[in-house]
Amino acid sequence: MSSRRPVFRHPDLPKNDLGYTRRDYEGADSTLCAGCGHDSISNSIIQACFELSIEPHRVAKLSGIGCSSKTPAYFLRRSHGFNTVHGRMPSITTGANMANKELLYIGVSGDGDTASIGMGQFVHVARRNLNMVYIVMNNGCYGLTKGQDSATADKGSSSRKGRPNAFEAIDLCEMAVQLGAGFVARGFSGDKEQLVPILKAAMLHKGFALVDVISPCVTFNNNQTSTKSYQWVRDHMEATATFDVIPVRQEITAQYEKGATQSVALHDGTVIHLHKSDNSFDVTDRRSAVNALENHREKGQILTGILHVNQTLEDTHDILETTDKPLNQLTQKELCPGNQTLQQIFENYR
Amino acid sequence: MKKLTRVNDFVIRFANVNGSGSASANNLFAKAVFRLGVPVSPKNIFPSNIQGLPTWYEVRVSEQGYLGRRGGYDFIVAVNGQTLEKDYDDLLPGGYFLYDSTRLLSDHFKRKDITPIGIPLTDICNREIENPKLRPLLKNILYVGAVAFLLDMDFSVLTDSITKQFSKKPKLAEPNIRCLELGFDYASKHFSDVCKLSVKRSDKLSTHILMDGNSATALGAVYSGATVAGWYPITPSTSVIEAFDKFTRQYRLDESKKRKAAIIQAEDELAALGIAIGASWNGARAFTATSGPGISLMNELLGLAYFTEIPVVLVNVQRAGPSTGMPTRTQQSDTLACAYASHGDTKHVLLFPCDPTECFQMAADSFDLAESLQTPVILMSDLDLGMNDHVCLPMEWDDSRKYCRGKVLDRDQLDSLTQDFGRYLDTDGDGVCYRTIPGTHPQKGAFFTRGSSHDEYAGYTEDTDVYKQCMERLSQKWETAKTLVPSPRIKVQDKAGDGGAIFYGTSTHAAYEAMEMLDKKGIALDTMRLRGFPFQNEVREFIDRHETLFVIEQNRDGQMRTLLMNELGFAPDKLISITHIDGTPIDARHICQSIETKLTQTLTPKGGAA
Repeated sequence: MSSRRPVFRHPDLPKNDLGYTRRDYEGADSTLCAGCGHDSISNSIIQACFELSIEPHRVAKLSGIGCSSKTPAYFLRRSHGFNTVHGRMPSITTGANMANKELLYIGVSGDGDTASIGMGQFVHVARRNLNMVYIVMNNGCYGLTKGQDSATADKGSSSRKGRPNAFEAIDLCEMAVQLGAGFVARGFSGDKEQLVPILKAAMLHKGFALVDVISPCVTFNNNQTSTKSYQWVRDHMEATATFDVIPVRQEITAQYEKGATQSVALHDGTVIHLHKSDNSFDVTDRRSAVNALENHREKGQILTGILHVNQTLEDTHDILETTDKPLNQLTQKELCPGNQTLQQIFENYR
Repeated sequence: MKKLTRVNDFVIRFANVNGSGSASANNLFAKAVFRLGVPVSPKNIFPSNIQGLPTWYEVRVSEQGYLGRRGGYDFIVAVNGQTLEKDYDDLLPGGYFLYDSTRLLSDHFKRKDITPIGIPLTDICNREIENPKLRPLLKNILYVGAVAFLLDMDFSVLTDSITKQFSKKPKLAEPNIRCLELGFDYASKHFSDVCKLSVKRSDKLSTHILMDGNSATALGAVYSGATVAGWYPITPSTSVIEAFDKFTRQYRLDESKKRKAAIIQAEDELAALGIAIGASWNGARAFTATSGPGISLMNELLGLAYFTEIPVVLVNVQRAGPSTGMPTRTQQSDTLACAYASHGDTKHVLLFPCDPTECFQMAADSFDLAESLQTPVILMSDLDLGMNDHVCLPMEWDDSRKYCRGKVLDRDQLDSLTQDFGRYLDTDGDGVCYRTIPGTHPQKGAFFTRGSSHDEYAGYTEDTDVYKQCMERLSQKWETAKTLVPSPRIKVQDKAGDGGAIFYGTSTHAAYEAMEMLDKKGIALDTMRLRGFPFQNEVREFIDRHETLFVIEQNRDGQMRTLLMNELGFAPDKLISITHIDGTPIDARHICQSIETKLTQTLTPKGGAA
């Protein structure tokens, strides 16, 4: 157990708009290894939900199997959680979302859970544009089974076991862009300054939002020869832009230099202001995102930040033209056509 | 030669090439018999193929109301060159063989015990129909017209059917009716008084409908309030979802024409069931429909739903396995695979409908059952039931019926709880605990669902005693299930001795008919039609009361027999397997003969062998 939190709550803890403290968003104590990147991500999720004043019980948190997928127990204790089976979080989340379109769905997965056993479901939940935040806690290895390479391990990178990975790595962000995901970002568990606003933007985005977070495995994959170690990521990380997420009610006070800033308005009126290092990068253009990812890959760098946003897409419910009221709240009267109609239907079978 | 001479009691088989439009013509014939008030049972025996392979359509006409397959063919309409010889050989002595005489028959066709009826179908079509594209389709209508004359059918029923079918496109009705007349006229000119089989208007059908099981299942899902369906296309279950889609588009729209249902075609069967489970977890009624290969894939998630206690409905329209097997042929061969699907100790509630009426009722009940028990419920249909049309009485929906949503705590109930909410706390002692739906209460009722071992508060545990308690409680729930699943239908004959017969699902109709055949031969058997799993005490008692029982089913290994032995502990000698495994629907003559043979074997003195 990496940490034990005291039960005591200071009366002066800062509260959000709902009157909740950050503590109200916490979960059970983590049982992951001390220093695990995943715990930092859990903390960032807690911070993002706290800052956005999200009602904890209006969140459903789902996961697959693996170290990453244990984490939903460690945040948002007042939310319903579902630790499903290996690689099947996307389908279960799809069903849950179909039942109630009004909750915020946070799906947590790992690189094994997503890029290998769950690749099919990941691909299809993205192309259906399910309204959810899909977080990959990406450490390039299978932690729970003691450090085998995963499908996101870079070719040539070697874990503590010492044998370089011989296979090509899958870049989930690049795939997601190609699949038509409306929000794609990459974070690093060691950079909360960047990760918290990424998560906030992802939560505010309507539709499928992939947040791939490089999250070093301190036990099996944090050695000098690994490209998913804390040191390597810090040394090779470059961001598309620094950015601010301005929720709908907040007044914009900062002044941005013209030309280097791109603003994208989200569905609810929230605006993301990106302050870019490279002015040719266009966050709304799929080709631009893929090019930027490929350019950085060639240079041995890891591109982070918000990679792509497209707010014009319809989500699954829009596409299926489902009624406004959540399906799980429809009454029998609203669902059952009644015996008279049934007898009319049978006229077609005579 | 003695010609078969019967009124409203025969089997006619149409042998066609698939993809040639024969299905709708043959259906026209079956529907005409139905509309004449005569019980009729059409069976489509088709290939897993889109165009060019042999396909057969059998229609049993039975004034007495026998709706199962009888066995044997009295009249064959042979318009497929590929199977012509076999079709000819399959005809019963005294039967009638209608063929396209445009081409001469070879030397093979020399039977003296049948009546050949040669009609130059192709020639007539080529001569009478200008548009060559329409000829193959209308050739089928032509033979229906001829058959109508030969069977002395009321011709207006056919023309009315065509008119009704093309009510929106009257232009298409005209050539169809003309072809019916051409066939009728040719037969009346050349084969007057040849055929001694006939269809006479009857009053055996009153308010009956002619419906396929898959449509009935889908209607059941609509009426029981299912809103989410995840699915993956697979024969023969696809039409369940297609019908659900069709019905919800008609009867489940809000004021602004938005849909009160979400149907997702998934990437595979894993995701299909995952979608249904996720929706059920979140408080919607959800289901999926699949067949054998899909069941294999769904094993993983069935185990999850069983252990996390999430209600979900799965419709299994069985086909012939193993593996890809015969995708368009019928079987009851997933009984064991479904009863114990998934790794670890798992058991699932099964329902066995025998006709569309039960498809509707059991589909509707399955949602109540799944939510009451918080576990998967599998509706065990099959291709014969699902895809063929069956004569049945129209189902009724009791408008005063209330959905039974099981033990779900709402916000007020959570507020009035005096103890901490425990998702897996068995407070009622029936093995079924209370659940909550996400988003219900700001402070109370949240829990963490997991497929890993969990305690009464849904917390992760590796405590051996806690694990054991949980598994034993699930056994307790299984006992509760016995009080809720539909009971068997038992028929006891006055004169029956120690013998009994057990059957289920689509083996039912042929089995009942076989019992009558046996009865006439002095063999009286009590019968028990199983309708659900787990087995109640009634099932045990029925078997206990008899010395020897025949278990009739459509698979090789006698899977229901194994299940009965395994669950109830009966000795193998007591239950004798009667199987039918060729992929066509089981028939009465086969059952009758098999039981007679087995009886001869069992009654033969064993010569002192121990």
